Amino acid sequence: MSSVSQTGNTSSGMPTDEAMHRNIAQRRQRGRIWQGVLFASTTIGMLVLVILLATIINESFGLIAVQSTVDPATIADRPLEELSKEELIVILEDNLKRRVYQRLEREQPLAERDQAALLEIVRVEVVQEEVVGSWPLNETLFNRAAIEAEVAEEFPRAEIQFRSWINPDFLTNPMSSVPALAGVRTALLGTLWMIGITILFAFPIGVGAAIYLEEYATDTWYNRIIQTNIANLAGVPSIIYGMLGLAIFVRAFEPLTSGTLFGLTDPTTANGRTILSAGLTMGLLILPVIIIAAQESIRAVPNSLRQASYGLGATKWQTIWNHVLPGAMPGILTGTILSVSRAIGETAPLIVVGASTFIVTDPDGPFSKFTALPIQIYNWTARPQDQFRDIAAAAIIVLLIVLLTLNAIAVLLRDYIRKRRSI
Amino acid sequence: MTTNGGISPQDAKYALETRDMHVYYGSFRAVKHINLNVERQKITALIGPSGCGKSTVLRSFNRMNELVPSARVEGKVFFHGKNLYDSNVDPVEVRRRIGMVFQKPNPFPKSIYDNIAFGPRINGWQGTKADMDNLVEQSLRASVLWDEVKDKLKESGLSLSGGQQQRLCIARALAIEPEVILMDEPCSALDPISTLKIEELMFELRRQYTIVIVTHNMQQASRASDNTAFFLMDNDRAGTLVEYGPTEQLFTNPQDKRTEDYISGRFG
Amino acid sequence: MAEQARVSAESQTAAASSTAVSLDFRKRTRIGESVIQGFLFFCGAVSILTTLGIVFVLGEESLLFFLDERVSIVEFLTATSWQPAIEDFGIIPLINATFITSIIAMVVAIPLGLGAAIYLSEYASARIRGILKPVLEILAGIPTVVYGYFAISFMTPVLRGMFGKDTVQIYNSASAGIVIGILILPLIASLSEDALSSVPRALRQASYGLGATRLETAVRVVVPSALSGIIAAFIIGISRAIGETMIVAIAAGAGPKNFDLSQDNLFGYVLNPFVAAETMTGHIARISGGDLSYNSIDYNSIFAIGLMLFIITLLLNILSRYIVRRFREVYE
Repeated sequence: MSSVSQTGNTSSGMPTDEAMHRNIAQRRQRGRIWQGVLFASTTIGMLVLVILLATIINESFGLIAVQSTVDPATIADRPLEELSKEELIVILEDNLKRRVYQRLEREQPLAERDQAALLEIVRVEVVQEEVVGSWPLNETLFNRAAIEAEVAEEFPRAEIQFRSWINPDFLTNPMSSVPALAGVRTALLGTLWMIGITILFAFPIGVGAAIYLEEYATDTWYNRIIQTNIANLAGVPSIIYGMLGLAIFVRAFEPLTSGTLFGLTDPTTANGRTILSAGLTMGLLILPVIIIAAQESIRAVPNSLRQASYGLGATKWQTIWNHVLPGAMPGILTGTILSVSRAIGETAPLIVVGASTFIVTDPDGPFSKFTALPIQIYNWTARPQDQFRDIAAAAIIVLLIVLLTLNAIAVLLRDYIRKRRSI
Repeated sequence: MTTNGGISPQDAKYALETRDMHVYYGSFRAVKHINLNVERQKITALIGPSGCGKSTVLRSFNRMNELVPSARVEGKVFFHGKNLYDSNVDPVEVRRRIGMVFQKPNPFPKSIYDNIAFGPRINGWQGTKADMDNLVEQSLRASVLWDEVKDKLKESGLSLSGGQQQRLCIARALAIEPEVILMDEPCSALDPISTLKIEELMFELRRQYTIVIVTHNMQQASRASDNTAFFLMDNDRAGTLVEYGPTEQLFTNPQDKRTEDYISGRFG
Repeated sequence: MAEQARVSAESQTAAASSTAVSLDFRKRTRIGESVIQGFLFFCGAVSILTTLGIVFVLGEESLLFFLDERVSIVEFLTATSWQPAIEDFGIIPLINATFITSIIAMVVAIPLGLGAAIYLSEYASARIRGILKPVLEILAGIPTVVYGYFAISFMTPVLRGMFGKDTVQIYNSASAGIVIGILILPLIASLSEDALSSVPRALRQASYGLGATRLETAVRVVVPSALSGIIAAFIIGISRAIGETMIVAIAAGAGPKNFDLSQDNLFGYVLNPFVAAETMTGHIARISGGDLSYNSIDYNSIFAIGLMLFIITLLLNILSRYIVRRFREVYE
């Protein structure tokens, strides 16, 4: 005990007094600097988000230069907008090829169409307006004079307009090889069909698996394998799921996924590269996520609830169905919606499974060829022309709005169910 | 803290003096009107029923309360004549000079050696490797742990038993050479034999350090302390200092009725 | 008839209850319950089937690939040229590109992700957390194809502006790598933050009690104590980066960066991140996105690449879980 050191024994090397104050001041200074660094690295995320959104918005709006193949002045003595219906029809009769005119007449007699629709046809078919240049929003706002000078020199006949690439037509137009006319209608419908199938497939199986693992599974080797396996599956790259889907759903199950098994012999169904294949592939992809979310929710249901139910003579399934599942539902639904929003944005598996990049017909069932929103974005982004970049940005806005809506629904649904159950 | 306030440590009778101290958590006042003078190189025990604010008082001595975001201290705590709560006082320096041992042993998940070297290293240790070895040994000897661990200094501090871990934590606190050591129910998580060892250790340490210990074990307070402060929760649920004096007097001849009730086991 | 039967049944039960309570504790086989349990087990087994499916599909097609006389497994693992058109099947250029993008991604994501995790766990007030955490969650929820767009229309022009258009090609590993880093930043931040938050408060108190500052407590006590969880987070991040497809498919290049070490400069070309280089995932996406006939060697080759990818990511995921289990400090 006598070996207790003397506190005053400063040979030890602990700084005292002045040295200590200097030391603490230095450490404080270092602390402040690093706190700034750490804060900065946290806010980088926010910065990136802002830049990302700004980039997308920047490309979605801006000036375009429109040039017409036929000068409107040569076909009418007044601006086109001021022409009456009858005058527009006359122009169409005079300028369109017989075949084209008859096709339009067959689709809907011209006399029955309104002025705006006729004007649109004149613009597209006769004047043949074409976007010859497009500029992003930042240049539009800060560099307009240069743009005007450039257009005046290169395209003297062109007219400069402001264009929002995201507009109602963009949502309702099908795919087109002309960016200005292209829309996301086909892709949006494809995404909706696919997600419908994904949910129908993955939700019951995912919840079923979670119930099995939480309520039935005992601690045996095969149940442990199932559990470990689910964790591993969640880490498998999505493109691998695409390859699985390609080999299994597209190829091996082709009679099923192409619909020939059900007597469908539509030649457009393109082997097994259908919505059904894509939906099932996506289903497998999000299955682990749904299972894990559902397991957590089921685990959170208090045991007393189960015991109360058993105490009243309920069977296991009655207990699960009437007590455990309702209690776990908010969490399960939230997890499902979040995983579905992941599936909506997934692109790689769809490329492998064989989403079509160019189709104009709406999908009409699980056995249709299809395209999807992210595929469309990928496809447009990969093209070198500026205008495809613009509509890719517009399609991203559509995709982000869809995802944002879904997430908002998830939050509201969870709150609604919680509130209703707590009454 | 920039000066010693004209009172040299050797002269002053008291290591810590509180003046009308109140501690709040948010709007809740946890303790009120604390006036307590802690004698140098003595063991002062803070006792009282749970929730009476004794730990809060202890933690206000080295500004550990500040780690709770809503906590706030009013009044003054003098250390070497300097108010610890002055705006120009750095809590890091306070804690460097007033060490602490916690209720549950909390060694870092590092080796025994590194557990002890941690404090000196962060506090600007200037000695050599040999000095550090020496300091580690001295600290471990001072906490009567050296013989048990001298052959396994590289092993994790978590590999020790609970009582050893707590002595490691005491050694760790000693290594930064504090003047005061605050102990917050250091034996509550330990078995009786380990408790006894810690108490013996406290007696040894008293030669050089001022020790303030919170305990809810009255036997411990009566056995192992020089002075005892008795706290009680008031009607507004704020803790107050009921009685403070030499331990023997407080236990044999309490001045306050409430103290008597408490030590005779009538409540609490 | 039915009416009569029910009446008689009622009278029977009435008679039974009037005389004595009939107890029948015999175990019943509830067919419904068994069917349900069977179905639920099937649901659990679907995940096993998925894994078996992946292994089988990748294995079978890879086997066909390696059994092809035009392919040798040694060449596959060692040759530095991948040109299916002339039957060159050396996976190294693809792996090289994958590792360059992944390493760049980790260089971006590890310091930023760990920094963000430390800030959120050790510094941020509840209010600031309430703002910054959702931002990271939003970032994590943005589809990768959008990040691909971001890489090609923002990051690449920025890099070309900084280092010159001659140095930085339009398609390059650096742009893709940086954006992948941004993509996995939220993942690393949130997993690391979980690890940091699970460090007991008592350790922080002990550190403060010894006169440590907040930074010293965070860096020298909390981070080392959570190290296993943090490293596991890094490994999961690497695995994500390696498997990431869309960003590299859009921004990294549309052809393997084949090289010949006897001619090509190692740092000027082979490891140069500013050169276009197709990764494993990018190659699979490009080849399968085109018209691919089954049973062609091209078709089989992407499965061989897929198998490689699967093995690498699986090993990394298993490693991360092993590290968490093996090196986690058990606190009371």
